[in-house]
Amino acid sequence: MPLLITGAADAGLMELPWDIPLSAWPEERIAALPRGLSRHVVRFVRHGDGVLAVKETNPEIAHREFHMLRELERMEAPCVKPVAVVTGRQTSAGEELSAALVTEHLAFSLPYRAIFSTALRRGTLTRLIDALSVLVVRLHLAGFYWGDVSLSNALFRRDASEFSAYLVDAETGDLHQQLSDGQREYDLDTATTNIVGELLDLQESEDLDESVDPFDIGTRLEARYRELWTALTSTETIDANVPFHVAERVRALNALGFDLGEIDMQQTEDGTAITLRPKVVDAGYHSRRLMRLTGLDVQENQARRLLNDIDEYRVVREDRAGASADETFVAHEWLTHIFEPTVRAVPRALRGKLEPAQVFHEVLDHRWYLAQAAAKDVPMPVATASYVKNVLPTKADEQAVLGRSLAEMTAELPALTAEVGTRYEVRDPYANDNTHAWGGVPEPEEEPEPTVTRVSTRIPTQTRRPLTAEERAARDAEAELGTLDSPDED
Amino acid sequence: MATVTYDKASRIYPGTERPAVDSLDLDIADGEFLVLVGPSGCGKSTSLRMLAGLEDIDKGSIWVGDRDVTHVQPKDRDIAMVFQSYALYPHMTVADNMGFALKIAKVDKAEIRKRVEEAAKILDLTEYLDRKPKALSGGQRQRVAMGRAIVRQPQVFLMDEPLSNLDAKLRVQTRTQIAALQRRLGTTTVYVTHDQVEALTMGDRIAVLKDGVLQQVGTPREMYDTPANVFVAGFIGSPAMNISTFRVDNGYAIVGDSKVQLQRETVANMTDADSGEAVLGFRPESLDRVAPNTDGAMPVEVVVVEELGSDAFVYGQLPKAATTLADPKFGGTGEVIVRVDPRDVPKKGESIWVKIREGEQHVFSAASGQRISPSAASTAATPKA
Repeated sequence: MPLLITGAADAGLMELPWDIPLSAWPEERIAALPRGLSRHVVRFVRHGDGVLAVKETNPEIAHREFHMLRELERMEAPCVKPVAVVTGRQTSAGEELSAALVTEHLAFSLPYRAIFSTALRRGTLTRLIDALSVLVVRLHLAGFYWGDVSLSNALFRRDASEFSAYLVDAETGDLHQQLSDGQREYDLDTATTNIVGELLDLQESEDLDESVDPFDIGTRLEARYRELWTALTSTETIDANVPFHVAERVRALNALGFDLGEIDMQQTEDGTAITLRPKVVDAGYHSRRLMRLTGLDVQENQARRLLNDIDEYRVVREDRAGASADETFVAHEWLTHIFEPTVRAVPRALRGKLEPAQVFHEVLDHRWYLAQAAAKDVPMPVATASYVKNVLPTKADEQAVLGRSLAEMTAELPALTAEVGTRYEVRDPYANDNTHAWGGVPEPEEEPEPTVTRVSTRIPTQTRRPLTAEERAARDAEAELGTLDSPDED
Repeated sequence: MATVTYDKASRIYPGTERPAVDSLDLDIADGEFLVLVGPSGCGKSTSLRMLAGLEDIDKGSIWVGDRDVTHVQPKDRDIAMVFQSYALYPHMTVADNMGFALKIAKVDKAEIRKRVEEAAKILDLTEYLDRKPKALSGGQRQRVAMGRAIVRQPQVFLMDEPLSNLDAKLRVQTRTQIAALQRRLGTTTVYVTHDQVEALTMGDRIAVLKDGVLQQVGTPREMYDTPANVFVAGFIGSPAMNISTFRVDNGYAIVGDSKVQLQRETVANMTDADSGEAVLGFRPESLDRVAPNTDGAMPVEVVVVEELGSDAFVYGQLPKAATTLADPKFGGTGEVIVRVDPRDVPKKGESIWVKIREGEQHVFSAASGQRISPSAASTAATPKA
């Protein structure tokens, strides 16, 4: 049987050394990316500008998983993107080789073991579990029975201060029109067992602190899942003020990040009340809204953070202009004046460390700390410069944002202000060099650019007072210990 | 340990007319290894998942022992799904890999250790209990994975195509191991496969399903010797049974210029609906080569010869005249497979004459496909698995 590549619109795939077992592929092809536990041979392979994940398995499973991932992709479920199935592989000596499933490596994603292999920030573990429970809920809503829910079978991406989980192994799964309770229960049961096993294993390898109780954490997924599932699907009965309750329900679901397709309203039998049953279409309420406003395609929590920043920007701008502006217009202005300059300020060499939206999120966080420390507002360009200089370079080993003392970082401030100024220069709107080719470039504007200085609405500057010497010492001590939590953390 | 009973259990997916599983009636004895087999989409996996609690049961009920589990949650059914694909944790010992899940169920330490040791004994893993999985061979690792299910001491094991991600060689090895292990444990087991060879070699009994309907259940021998209908006849056995529809005239099936005598009982079972036709089935090994024009013999033109050393198979064609029936319901191509002596193999293009051995005909109704001939005698040969 000759080599057969199904699915990919990429002739370049033919050039990969399919006549060699994956485990023996030449070093220069292999990308040294962290891998999870797998029962198959999996390798990350450099190909063109990107990285592919190649998994060896038998042809039936490869095809099945490929079609399953295709289907999930069509439903916009969070999963890796299937590229191709390769069958009919033979060595030069004519010996048959396993079929291979090729998927795109999810940029900036990490298997859970890589997240644990460096010092764990407080709460990271529960965030991983929370991300996984959101993933399971989303897949279940889409009718996907996973069959083997585990940390190993997902990949995690930083999403603002949370994580987003993606399905990577669909081998054991099945798509149904609607899942039975038994299927959902079974997924939860396997999830608990697998997570406990994975955490116990991490403890054995001394990657996870002994003080963590795997059994506690293991049961967290089920609890989080049930909370979310109930919020998303439960039926409620109301006997008064229906429009208010409907609006409340929609708002609550949006706040959880889910979009509502329709609501079934049915009068109860005695006619005194109305039963509400929401039909959730999909997660990604915030990311879709941000996409609509700015063309930025980012993850849910990042979107939420960016939308907040747009709102702040809008408030500040309205204060100054004395008139309210159209949301879309403001969003575009924010994009060119705030977001793009911030992201562009990251030197090319450091751009691979984090996604642009994540960088922006972290700059916002960093700015908050700086403002706290300086007891006054810090302009965005200064915060960015400080972040790029002090924080981002340390990111390679996933160090916490506050790895360095605040005193050390704030010491840079006056110098930075002199160096970078307090406002961004507005870039040439025609210069289409968007980082990562995101979004569209807004039309050039007729009017002169409004001068925008950033003022945080979160903590009005005038209410701040300089810290007393005592407070300052206490804060520095705290910072030295690295115990200060970022504002978005629990 | 327990029996399992499907009592007219049906699964009907919303928005579909035909049930995925249609009134399944099946009694599985305590300690039995039952294989559900059939082509894809036949409802075998759905049947298994109904027992596991993964699929709702829309009609009828399912019992484990004397307990009705129809509406019981999966984890409360005292049933274990066994995956060949269990992850093994590299930094945990074999004993911990097998036993940690019991800790979630709050089983106490001494009890866990006891169960793990018992399972290890059955699995020949005792001396490896304190080692890490890395130190084990592939086969031993699979047994550790099995051990995870065994220590839970469930009433029933369920396995859904557990060998599908193994390569052909390992599949043969592992199926023998699983069957042997099940006999040692004596735990009732329901096993799903699409592979009839796997079914024949592993099961105490086999249940063949098609289109959601149970076709027949019986021991491998019964299924092979007395298939209840044309579907089972064609499905069980490899190479497959030869099946063709012929006119029946005066107690003879008319095969072109040849006549094959049918048993009197068989002919008596024919009805008007059959309109004078019957489906004749015979296994490749039920044919003897005979001299041309022998009574009841038919000519076969040799198309391909497959030599396997111990056996040889002729893939041939009946004469055109034998396949003139307009659009028969079952088998119409006139292709015939004949097992021949590997030391006396005919050449391609040659014509050989073959005769169905006495009592080894399988005759089915041309209208319904149901068996109308009495049980066929066992051939001297073992089923070709």
